[in-house]
Amino acid sequence: MRIALIGQPNCGKSTLFNQVAGYKAETGNFHGTTVTYTESRLRLGGKVVEIVDLPGLYTLEEGSPAEQEVLRYLQSHAVDVIVNVVDAMRLTSGLELTLELLDLKRPLLLAVNMMDEAAARGLEIDFETLSKILGVPVLPLVASKGRGVREVFLTAQYLAETRRLPQPTLIEQFQPAAVMIATEPEMPFQVMDLEQRHRLARQIGAQVMHWGARRVTWRDRLDDLLLHPVGGYFFLVLVLWGFFQLVYSFGKFAEVPLLAFFEQVTALLRSWLGGENLLFYLLDSTVQGVAAGAAIVLPYLVPFLLGLSLLEDIGYLPRVAFLMDSFLHRLGLHGKAIVPFILGYGCNVPAVMATRILEDERDRLVAAALSVLVPCAARISVVFGLVAFYLGPLPALGLYLLNLLVIAFTGLFLLRLLPEPTPGLILEMPPLRIPTLRVIGSKVWFRVRQFVTEAWPLLIIGSVVLEILQLFGAERWFNFVLRPLTWVLGLPDATGVPLVFGILRKELSLVMLGQALGSTHFDQVLQPIQMLTFTTFVMFYLPCLATLGALKRELGGKRMLQVSVLTILIALIVGLGVRLAGMIFWG
Amino acid sequence: MKLTEVKPGLKVRILRVDRHGVRQRLALHGLLEGDVVRLKRAAPWNGPLLLEVGEREVALGRGIAEKIEVEPLTCALP
Repeated sequence: MRIALIGQPNCGKSTLFNQVAGYKAETGNFHGTTVTYTESRLRLGGKVVEIVDLPGLYTLEEGSPAEQEVLRYLQSHAVDVIVNVVDAMRLTSGLELTLELLDLKRPLLLAVNMMDEAAARGLEIDFETLSKILGVPVLPLVASKGRGVREVFLTAQYLAETRRLPQPTLIEQFQPAAVMIATEPEMPFQVMDLEQRHRLARQIGAQVMHWGARRVTWRDRLDDLLLHPVGGYFFLVLVLWGFFQLVYSFGKFAEVPLLAFFEQVTALLRSWLGGENLLFYLLDSTVQGVAAGAAIVLPYLVPFLLGLSLLEDIGYLPRVAFLMDSFLHRLGLHGKAIVPFILGYGCNVPAVMATRILEDERDRLVAAALSVLVPCAARISVVFGLVAFYLGPLPALGLYLLNLLVIAFTGLFLLRLLPEPTPGLILEMPPLRIPTLRVIGSKVWFRVRQFVTEAWPLLIIGSVVLEILQLFGAERWFNFVLRPLTWVLGLPDATGVPLVFGILRKELSLVMLGQALGSTHFDQVLQPIQMLTFTTFVMFYLPCLATLGALKRELGGKRMLQVSVLTILIALIVGLGVRLAGMIFWG
Repeated sequence: MKLTEVKPGLKVRILRVDRHGVRQRLALHGLLEGDVVRLKRAAPWNGPLLLEVGEREVALGRGIAEKIEVEPLTCALP
């Protein structure tokens, strides 16, 4: 049996899904978090059922690629029952999709989510009447707190087993015009177009929704501040600064003792095994790989993901889009493109995938090309572990600002290259929400686990591989081939290998750098300007392998190559610029 | 009048959307001719407009808002 979760964007489908499947689908309080479907198995009343979380969509009529994904799924998979999730506060607009789903002639259940928020706003919904009008079961739900989840799935299972189809008999009492157009009276909605559904949904909504007195809530007051023409930008800078400080101070606090600990381990190994044998080399490089993950990456990654998850779940990101729309317009994009950008700070892969929420193909290309320039969490470990740790927070912040400038200039350049007008912004502004600790916790864990299971082993293997290469003297070949590059950038010979392996995972370039140079005390083997040049180059050149794969899937192989060449050129130019600026500055 | 000429805080009814493409995209987001919306706020530097549409809030870029012809429902105070 297969249960599909369908609903408008940001109605809480993924939150409901995660309640029963464990944290598998990314969630966030903004539109377009889910751009592909996620499936999971679930034991329900002794039976195993498949459940699928689909991207949010407004209508089954054609739209963005994320919406087409839903249609393709419905056509290619046998879905036994549809759970239509709607946001209680936006019930009226949600019903437009529900009316369309009735047409699919499959068992259907309406789950009215966010009932806690509705109650706080004094909204009462007449479930019984709504259920009679639509001819489907209607259940209340608070997915974020797990209330009503069991009932929803048990009812869904019952509907699927009994194959009970929707029986919207009472719907004819509404808007006779819409029904009269129908040629077959028993199937009144087949001829309903978007506009008719819109009117019908409003009439139904008016009958079943009873609003309390409209009050000015804390949400309105907070929005007055967050979206204020002057204060909003001030606040934005404050938030970003606070974010940066959080990551920097926590990371530094944890990095120093952890590095010291792993040095002790190495010293211990040396005294046990003696310094000059194969076993020592292998064990030592393994320890270095472990140390890099534990001492250099995780201390910055965890606070970073925590901060990003908080901003996502509060719903601050669409507000940033609102504030930044006019700037993005000058780069030939609109505010919606901020979603891939901000996701890019976590990881470039979801960022590239999130470009699906943009309607226009050219917009998707530009947004993807720019979002791979955004320094992801992996590159953060290089920026923080190298530059911030040895040179202080200001140069690190400077690199971030430089990054923004480079993205802006690249945007302008692409605008020249592809000068089509962008269609302009249409963006739903979700209400501000207080995130639940549980969702934030599982989200951070979900993303940290990805690093621990996917990237960390690679770091360790990479570290060992480099050690072996060095034993056989093979790393010289890599360094020789890359010498023109490292020479131009004024970097030591040995940085060639770390730069090559950085393509696998950006953290690798830092881990291997320590090993290639023979010391993790980077201040003893690199000059400040070399640290800056190296980090700048790592920040921009070729996105990692996983991102390249995402680019190929979303844009095609040719576009992927073009974006790759572009990033290498940018990395070279900016890296050289930083080197020259440093030579002038430091003399 | 155009939506871009409306003062924040006013309620207006959407009369007409000029471009077919824009009309379709708005319809997909649940905004149709005849709907009543309230202009909540406008972002500076020619930024987007924030509309209250029933119980939802939707931000529209200026380029989109310019294509929307509206009529005011209440008189603006002098």
